[in-house]
Formats: sequence, C-alpha cells, structure tokens
Amino acid sequence: MGTIRTIIFGLSLTLLSLSAHAEWALNLSPGVTEVSRSVYDLHMTIFWICVAIGVVVFGVMFWSIFHHRKSRGAEAHHFHEHTLVEVAWTIVPLGILIAMAVPATATLVKMYDPSEADLDVQITGYQWKWRYTYLDQDLDFFSNLTTPQEQIGNEQAKGEHYLLEVDRHLVLPTDTKIRLLLTANDVIHSWWVPALAVKKDAVPGFINEAWTRIDEPGIYRGQCAELCGKDHGFMPIVVEAVPPEQFQQWLAEVKAEKQAEVAAAEKSWTLDELMTQGEQVYLRACAACHQPTGTGIPPAFPALKGSPVALGDVGTHIDIVLNGSPATAMQAFRDQLSATELAAVITYERNAWGNSTGEAVSPSQIAGILAGNADTAGEGAQ
Amino acid sequence: MSTMDTAAPGVHEEHHGPASGIGRWLFTTNHKDIGTLYLWFSLLMFLIGGVMALLIRSELFQPGLQLVEPGFFNQLTTMHGLIMVFGAVMPAFVGLANWMVPLMIGAPDMALPRMNNWSFWILPFAFAILVSTLFMDGGAPNFGWTFYAPLSTTYAPPSVTYFIFAIHIMGASSIMGAINIIATILNLRAPGMTMMKLPLFVWTWLITAFLLIAVMPVLAGVVTMMLMDIHFGTSFFNAAGGGDPVLFQHVFWFFGHPEVYIMILPAFGIVSQILPTFSRKKLFGYASMVYATASIAILSFLVWAHHMFTVGLPLVGELFFMFATMLIAVPTGVKVFNWVATMYRGSLTFETPMLFAIAFVVLFTIGGFSGLMLAIAPVDFQYHDTYFVVAHFHYVLVPGAIFSIMAGVYYWLPKWTGHALNEGMGKLHFWCSFIGVNITFFPMHFLGLAGMPRRIPDYALQFADFNMVATVGAFIFGFSQLLFVWNVIHCIRSRETVSAQVWEGAHGLEWEVPSPAPYHTHTTPPRVE
Amino acid sequence: MDAAKANRRLIIRLLMASVLMFGFGFALVPLYDVFCKVTGLNGRITATGPVDAMAVDTARSVKVRLIAINNEGMPWLFGPTESLLRVNPGEMKQTAYRASNPTTRRMVAQAIPSVSPGEAAQYLHKINCFCFDSQALEGGDAIDMPLMFMIDTDLPESIHTITLSYTLFDISPDKTGTAENDAQEGGSPI
Repeated sequence: MGTIRTIIFGLSLTLLSLSAHAEWALNLSPGVTEVSRSVYDLHMTIFWICVAIGVVVFGVMFWSIFHHRKSRGAEAHHFHEHTLVEVAWTIVPLGILIAMAVPATATLVKMYDPSEADLDVQITGYQWKWRYTYLDQDLDFFSNLTTPQEQIGNEQAKGEHYLLEVDRHLVLPTDTKIRLLLTANDVIHSWWVPALAVKKDAVPGFINEAWTRIDEPGIYRGQCAELCGKDHGFMPIVVEAVPPEQFQQWLAEVKAEKQAEVAAAEKSWTLDELMTQGEQVYLRACAACHQPTGTGIPPAFPALKGSPVALGDVGTHIDIVLNGSPATAMQAFRDQLSATELAAVITYERNAWGNSTGEAVSPSQIAGILAGNADTAGEGAQ
Repeated sequence: MSTMDTAAPGVHEEHHGPASGIGRWLFTTNHKDIGTLYLWFSLLMFLIGGVMALLIRSELFQPGLQLVEPGFFNQLTTMHGLIMVFGAVMPAFVGLANWMVPLMIGAPDMALPRMNNWSFWILPFAFAILVSTLFMDGGAPNFGWTFYAPLSTTYAPPSVTYFIFAIHIMGASSIMGAINIIATILNLRAPGMTMMKLPLFVWTWLITAFLLIAVMPVLAGVVTMMLMDIHFGTSFFNAAGGGDPVLFQHVFWFFGHPEVYIMILPAFGIVSQILPTFSRKKLFGYASMVYATASIAILSFLVWAHHMFTVGLPLVGELFFMFATMLIAVPTGVKVFNWVATMYRGSLTFETPMLFAIAFVVLFTIGGFSGLMLAIAPVDFQYHDTYFVVAHFHYVLVPGAIFSIMAGVYYWLPKWTGHALNEGMGKLHFWCSFIGVNITFFPMHFLGLAGMPRRIPDYALQFADFNMVATVGAFIFGFSQLLFVWNVIHCIRSRETVSAQVWEGAHGLEWEVPSPAPYHTHTTPPRVE
Repeated sequence: MDAAKANRRLIIRLLMASVLMFGFGFALVPLYDVFCKVTGLNGRITATGPVDAMAVDTARSVKVRLIAINNEGMPWLFGPTESLLRVNPGEMKQTAYRASNPTTRRMVAQAIPSVSPGEAAQYLHKINCFCFDSQALEGGDAIDMPLMFMIDTDLPESIHTITLSYTLFDISPDKTGTAENDAQEGGSPI
C-alpha cells in the first residue's frame, strides 16, 4: 500500500510541476542528414497510411457497434461470405503494400550507398563505454558517461543532459561523408544516434559498416541500443558535428594535448598530486565495479580495500590494471587511460581507504611499460 | 480405484466422476481436469510475471535508480519475458485447447490422455527451476528473454545452465501438448465433423500445434548449442573458436518468429468464436479465415531476420525480409476485415466476452499497424530496440493474446462451472483493464520514437513524463487483474445456474452438452449433420 | 482398435518430425555458412588457399583498410604494419600484422577475420594468413605475422574500399570456456 501512496503522491507532484522538465516528445526527429530526413518522411507516410486504414476499418466497426446493436432492435442479416469483397480486400492491401515498398526500397538503397568516404572512424563497443578511433589520424580515445553517481542515486539534482553526457565527444566534420566501422570488444552493442538515423550492431569479432553525412553543426546524443549487460543504460553516445575547418583545428588541438600528456608523464609527481588525480580517475573508471569505497561487489567485483593485490607486489598490481585479469570482468586499461592517469589511479588504490603502502607509482615508469618495455611490469599476474 | 486404468479413451465407458483429493489432480487423465490445471497454472504465472512487470515499472516511474540495481533490473526483464511467454500465454492456450477442443469436435477426451498428464506436470518443475535461479549465486538469467550470445554464453551468470534445463522441459511439454492436440483433432472428430466444419478455434490450434512441432525443437537445439559452448568447449556462437554470435540470432529467430504466431493464432480462434455468438450471425468468410491462418503460419518461417535488420545484413537480405514481412499484413488484414464484416449488420450485444473480443480486434490492429511500420527496414533502424518495439509487442500480446484468453475464459467459464458470471464485475474488470492497458502501452510508442532504448533501468529526463504515465497505467492494469481472479472464483462459487447454451447466440457442439459440462462428455459421439 | 493404431502412427510421425526439426536446428549451422558465403553475410567467409594467377587490372585500384581489434582480456599490442593499402585487382599483395605480448606469461591467440562490406568477402582471396592458425607468444616476445591476399578482378565496380579486420582472442589453455563462471564464483585478486 505504501507503494501506491508513493505513486499517487509522486503523480500529484508531477502534475503540479509538469512544465518543469516536460518535453512530451511524440515523434521521431527529422534529424540532420539526408538519410535521416528520408527515413522521417517514410515514417510519416506509412504512419498516415496506417491511420487512414484504421479510420476506415474502425469506422465501419464502430458504425456497426452503434447501429447494429440488439438493444436498438437490429436484426441479424444472414450473409457470411462474398467472394468479390473477399478478393478485393486481399488485392487492395497488396497494392497499398507495394506503394509502401517503393519508397522504402529507395531509402534502403540510399543507406547502402557504397561510394567513397572522406573520413573513416572505427567505433568499438565495450562494457560499458565506446571507443572511437580516427583511422588515418593516429587518434584514439574512449568516451565514458560523466553523469555523477550522486545524480543517478538521486542524491543530487539531475543535470540537463542526465545520462546523455560523456567525457569525450565523437567530433565529426559536417558536409563530409564519414564511414563508421563498428565492432565490439566483448558482447554485442548497438551504436545509435537518432539524429543521424544510424543504428548498427557492434558484434565482437566482426566488422560492420555504416555511413553518414551531417548537414548541420550541433551536438547529437544517442545510446547503446542492444542489451549488453549491467550498465547497458549507461553508455551514451555524443556526436559533435563541427564545420570541416573547425574539425581540422580540433584535430590539431587534441594532438597537441596528447603531446602535453606525454610531457606530463615525464615530470616528477608527488604522492599528493597523484592521489588527487588518482581519486578522480578511480571514480570515473573503477568505482562502478569496485565501488567508491573500494569495497567492491564480491564475488564478481572484488574489494580493493585491504586486497592482496593493492597491498602486495606493485608489478602485479600494474600488470592487472594495464592488461586486465584473464577470465574475469577486469578489463585492460592500457588503452583507456594515459600513463599519468594509470600511475595516479594505481597510486590511489595503494594508498586510499586505509591501504597505506606509502608507495607512489611514477607516470614515467608506466610510460616506459606502455612503450613496450615488458620487463618493468615485474612478476606476472596469477 | 486406479485412474491410470481408465486412461485410454473409449475404455472408460463407466461414467464415474472424478477421484477425490490431491490424487485427482496428480494422476488425472481427464481433459477437463488437465485444462483446469493448465489454466490455474497460467494464472499463477501471469500474476508472478505481473508482479515483476510492476517492479520494472516502479523502477521506471522516475529517472534515477530507486528500487533495484541495474543488474537485478535485467534479471527482472528477462524473467518477466520468459514467464509471460512460456508460463502464462502458452499454457493458457493449451489449457483452453484441452477443455474446448474435445467438446467442440465431439471427442470423449484428448487422444493421448496419459501424455496429457505428463505434459502438464513437467511444467511446474520447469518453472520452479527457472524461478529458483533468482536466488542463486550470480543471480537469475540477465540477458533478456531473447538471450543473445555471447551475453548468454561467455558472459552469462552460472544460473544459465538451469535456465537451459528449464527451457528444455518447457519445450518437451509444448511438443507433447502439440502432438496430443494434432492427434485429437485428426483422429477423434465426431462423425460428420469434416475439416471444413471445424470451429475456428480448433483450426487455429491445429495450425499452431504444427508450428510448435516445427519450432520448439529448434529452440531446444539452440539452447543445447549454448550448453555445449558453455560447458563442452564447442564454438557455435563463440567467435574465438570460429563461431558466430549472429548465428545465434538467426537460429533463435527461426524459432522466435513462429513463436510469436503460436501466441496469437489461438487468440484469432477464440475471437472468431466469440464475435459470431454476440453478433448473432455466422462468422464471415470462414474458409478465408482458415486459409489466412495457414498462410500466416507458412510466412512466419520466412521473416525471421526482420528482428535483425540492424545486425548488418546485406542489402538483398534486408529487402527480402522486408517484403516477406510486409506480405504478412495481407492475411492478417483479411482476418480483421472478416471480423468487422461479421459484426456488420449483426444483432450485437456487449457481454463481457464480447467486450474483450472487440477490444482485441481494435488493439491488436493497432499492434498490427506498428508491426507494419517496423517491417519497413529503413525506418526500423530508428525503431529497433526502442520502446516503440516494446509498445508494439505488448499491444499484440497483452490486449492481443491476454485479452483473448480472458475473453475465452469469460465465454466458456459458465460452461465449465454451470454458473453465471457476474456481468457487472466482468464489465468493471474489462473497463479497468482496457483503460489501464492503453495508459501503460500507448505512451511507449512516443517514448520509442523520442529515442528511449528498451531494457534500460534509468533514462534521460525527456522521457520522464511518459514513463510516469506508463507506470500509473501499469498499476491500474495490474491491480484490475485482481477483479479477474475475483470474477473467476465468484463464478465457481455462484449458485446462479445457466442453460446448456449459456449465450443466446452460441452455436456448436460445446453448447449442446449440459452446463456444467459433465466429467465425461461425448462418450457416444454426436452426429454432425 | 483402428483409432489406437492411427494414433500410434501419427504420434510416431510427429515425434519423428520434432526430432528432425531438432536436427534441423543444428543443420542451420553449416547452412548458415553456405548462406554467408553466398550473400556475404557478416563478411565471414573469404576464399582461402592457393589461387590461380589473374591478369592484374591496373586500371583500377581498391583501398584496403586493415584494422586490428583486441577482444576483451587480450593485452597484446596488435596492429597492421601498414593500415591502408592501395591494391590493383588481381595483384598479389603481401603485408603483415605485428603482435607483441607485454605480459610475463605465455599466451596463445587466435585472430578472427571479418570483411566489410560483406559482399566483398567472396572476392578476397587469402593465400596465406596468420588467422589460419593460432599464435603463441612468450611473455615479452613480439612477432610479425604475414598476410598474403589478392582481390579478385570480378570485384563489383561499386566497391571502392574493403575493410579487413582482425580481432585477437585470448585462447590460452589456462583460459577455457568455463573459466568465466569459475572466476565469478571464486573471485579473483582484483
């Protein structure tokens, strides 16, 4: 009964504050590409055809309900077949279907246009984030949900783009044909941005392809559309379309930032600096499984607080964070985080929640390991 | 006495009543008893699955995580789907077939009464296993009722093995049930009951039974492959060993699409019985109804990949499955037109079964329209795996299959119990359900079009309002089902008796036996002229 | 008892039908391979093994994009030595993927190929590919894995770019199919 009261209370609250965040979006958006607009038109055409058929069929039905009721003295007429009528309502729908199939086929053929693209982007689905690789640009990054746990847990007011915000947008140039190559690292995901009318499954071990050409600059949000496990609802997609010149500028900036990151790894970091950055990285990349308090959710996600790994040999710890742990949910973070971030988070794990090794792992040590110097990784895991 | 001795039809000429106590139900081979068991079982499953649905809707009442963890949310959606499909809808139809097919075709019982007993009694075991996974380490299956690999194989919780075992048992039960129904219809018809005189409910069930025999073994095959991948190191669906996760989807939907029709063809049959009765007019286009049902069944084998338009099919594949799927609209349209023509110029009254049947025609047609929209491959890229799909299949399954089952129960309950329904309460149940179901599922169309993916425990703020509306509707619908339970119990306990014909416009062999239908009916086959 | 006989015959037939359909479920596996080959579905099946020399079509050049993906839990550094090739149909092309094992344990990997667009798969002849066999590497070792292929001169005109991806899976013997479940029960160090 408590539930009902809560719901009635909640409902009355909402009715009072409907305009607070109401959008009442009813329909597909026409989107920002030629394809998305033809999809929208096709959707509306078929919708109105259905409405028209519905009006006729339900019209006859409700006319019968009102006029042929026994209480109004209606007598049953005893007809129960009529070849002509039956043939007609087999043939006519067939005609309507053919009329629908023609524009549908045209749109589909357009979607499968194999002509050359100017930019190739590889999109890889991970549990539960996306990775974007600009294939000829030596640019590669992960895109994680940034909505704070406090908002999801209702401890904080929800932001405007609740659950649809990420740390790094997929920046794409407008007026450019972009080929999207989709695959996955673990289970099947599906990359969907409604404004582009692109939805394609990302299947582990296989490559799929889609394309888009965005007409208008803007930020377009989407979500994973294939159930992919626990946090399927928490891996949004944000596409930022910018004019081509701005795109080039952006590319240059990111590359410069990457250089700066490499340089940052060279400098020497204090334990405090590493702890501060490590906490941020931990909350973003690790806390979903190992929990903000380091207690984990055993058995799938073990505790780090007091764990033999976080307190034991540093080489093993580094190996597991960089390379993952075979046959567990622990992923390899070598590609997902920078050398500095890796060093910071490992340092944090070894010194937070009462883990007090006092050890700091330096970014330059991690950078050395990432560069392929396997020996520094210390003794192997397991 | 031994119930087993009287198993074979024709042997039990002695007109004894049912045994007493629990033994009556455990060892019964009587089609009416088994039908009753199936129906009570499905009602129980409907309520359990319904509680899960209400939990899901409660979590989705507002954005943010309130009641359940995302992992448990996935277990809830999975179990809700499995329980409703395999525990509620299918057994309810088998129960109705057990009760009504022998009565309608003038047979003394089902053709294989002992197998009938087994096919029911293994079901509670299957569902006990399935539900027990909720309490296992690692939780219940959490990969959706469509259990796509590799989420259901490499990444599955340990309970997946129990899930597979439960599916095997359910499959065996369905296959036995189907064999029994086919044997009954083909071999036990009363003299003069030719195929083209069969009531439409019998026809649709005959076709459904063939579908079951064709596809339940494929489901058994696909879960067996999963089992082998998980425990015996094969690689049917594991890309690492040369398998293909997409193959899983093909095999699953080769089962899955006919399965959709398994859940709707008997509903067509029920509605085709009820509409003529309360229109006081013969069913319009009987022969075309039979042919339409058969063509839907055949086409159902050629359209499976329309569930997979986004998986990366080549253009020709997309076109083929799009056209084939659109084609299904033709026989389905014929059915709807026939129902409307049956009502046209009839003499209509609106008792509870008729209300449910009319709501079925209207709301199923709406589900059909959204189905047609989903068939159009290029726009399906926008609808696929959104709430638009959720709205679509709930429209065909809740006000479709479930409403038809309720219509059937209200229609035949006086025949089973010999007592009259409480019409007022029946109508109250109908209107609450009708309003609740639409408030629940209609807004989901908007949610899907606005971009809300399915199977998510939390959502962006622009989806908040319609989700709240849907949850309110779900509680209205859910709690109005208590009226249904009340109505059934009330009818059983009522003292108000009914005639053999029950409804003024009812025709057919089942309305010629007394009400309540005696424990043994048609022991001397009736003659159909 | 004619009815009983008719029943028995019918049951046997129906049971046989369901056993047959159970088998059909399994038969779908090879049928699917045939289907994939014919339609290019999933870009799974490419022509492998030796191929007759063809006249090189110098008038046409096709972009071949090589992609490397690490599947979950695969820490190897893995990538093509050249990521974009221009190939004339009929031309024999030799390239390689480079893999190194940054861990300290011996690992075995299997590369799984996939071609996009799927229609192109049947026109891609792999004469020699590291994906034919699994690859074992000691901790710290690196290897260049050869790939030799040819694009058929019959490749449809509409196809300008072929993407060939390899996904690297960890198939080390200590990592078996059931390890996933065991690990979830038993927990792991981190």
